[in-house]
Amino acid sequence: MQYLLTLYVDESGWGKMTPEQQQQGAASYMAYTEALKAAGALVNSNRLRPSATATTLRITNGKTQVLDGPFAESKEQLGGYYLIDVPDLDAAMSWAGRCPAAQHGVVEVRAIWSM
Amino acid sequence: MATVETSDRDTTLATAETVARHSHGKLVAFLAMRSGDVAAAEDALSEAFATALSVWPSKGCPTNPEAWLLTVARRKLIDQIRTRHDGPGTDELEAMAETLGEVAEYDIPDRRLGLLFACTHPAIDAGIRSPLMLQVVLGLDAAQIASAFLMSPAAMAQRLVRAKAKIRHAGIPFRIPNRNELYERLEMVLDAIYASFAEGWIDAAGSDFARRELAGEAIFLERLLTELLPNEPEVWGLLALMLYAEARRPARRSADGEFVPLGLQDTALWDAAMIEEAEAALRRASGAGLIGRYQLEAAIQSAHVERRRTGSVSWRAILSLYDALVTLTGSPVALINRALALAELEGPTAGLDALAEVSGDPRIGSYQPYWAARAELMVRTGARREAWQAYKIAIGLERDSAVRRYLEMRQADLGTEILPPTR
Repeated sequence: MQYLLTLYVDESGWGKMTPEQQQQGAASYMAYTEALKAAGALVNSNRLRPSATATTLRITNGKTQVLDGPFAESKEQLGGYYLIDVPDLDAAMSWAGRCPAAQHGVVEVRAIWSM
Repeated sequence: MATVETSDRDTTLATAETVARHSHGKLVAFLAMRSGDVAAAEDALSEAFATALSVWPSKGCPTNPEAWLLTVARRKLIDQIRTRHDGPGTDELEAMAETLGEVAEYDIPDRRLGLLFACTHPAIDAGIRSPLMLQVVLGLDAAQIASAFLMSPAAMAQRLVRAKAKIRHAGIPFRIPNRNELYERLEMVLDAIYASFAEGWIDAAGSDFARRELAGEAIFLERLLTELLPNEPEVWGLLALMLYAEARRPARRSADGEFVPLGLQDTALWDAAMIEEAEAALRRASGAGLIGRYQLEAAIQSAHVERRRTGSVSWRAILSLYDALVTLTGSPVALINRALALAELEGPTAGLDALAEVSGDPRIGSYQPYWAARAELMVRTGARREAWQAYKIAIGLERDSAVRRYLEMRQADLGTEILPPTR
């Protein structure tokens, strides 16, 4: 089964870190990605630009409304994702638990609706 | 399939009922194993039961009713999948038909344990784990479960549907956890079983059929668990705990329905055979040398039950068991009971001091046993006004009318001169 792990983190945290801490943080994500690859579980993954760069679009009564900013304002924002392929929820949860974001944010685990 | 000649409709119905109870979980687990679709498996199975009830009385019970039901349910399930739009594609359908077809008719593998772990998975809301387990493993209907858990049937049905959808769509596996996570996951299974028992235990008089049944169903499930995981001490510990408690049921109310406190219960009314079984289960648990919450609670029950033989209770032993329980769980409930045991040994003031340790816990305000304990200890120190107040809160929090009457009687014994002045 494929699962999407979405990473919600406090974006302001990154700017408050020292360069060493940032380097360490980036290294931990790289190590995690490598581990997923080595296990043959990684389908795809990406880090997203800050939510301030987001644009939200909605069509109401045929009229397009465009807003500058993310869909929802909250302390933790969608910061990246991992699409993984594992046998079941237990396996997906155990990968989610190893994700560095689980230490400083929240990781949501959702099964992909296969068509 | 071979059948035995019987035209007795009652026998047929009785057989169907027994099979329904014993095989429901086994058949659901097997039918849903591949797809994870518990609801579809239950539907197919209930159709198979309906067919059985119309066919068996005239044609006789099959020699292997379980295999008969599986064959029919399997056919219904495959038909169902074939006509569904959101289901698996043809390849998967064929694979499923094959898996289901592989079963030797007389040897259906028992995946109930995996099913129990799925129903009590941490991804399932803790509040619905017990009801889900009762429905999926034992086949109780939503209305029956709802009345036992004091919920509306519609709300219960909705939550059960949601939980089953979660199992299927989130890919919760039907598997026995690895050694390193077994302990933690098993605790969730045991907690869910104990929660069912506790709901049934509340109805002391056994007047509410659904609730009395619930205690019995929980014991049934726990016995099943001892067969499936015979080497886990906590599994035996919980069985012992529930049997000790259930054995005292006939003594918990007087002939006219009044509450009888544990210390005043007529030990001759306790179910001796059930106590024997509890003792054996507890011995089996402690043989493993790995202590746990349920074993400790069962040991406390065992110490109380000793009164049957010796005529007295060893509060020293009970106190040290509560000490261990507090260390292990840090539970405020254990602390309250520890305070009561301490009061028996060192007097009510020592008990009240110990009780003060939990008074800061925000949950205590609405926890009836805390106020009842405080009231009893206040009475013994002679602080009648405080006792009166504590009884008042305990009475307000109690939902069992017999216990409420008992508390009201205790409160009235304090005399009327301490009542607050009327305006």
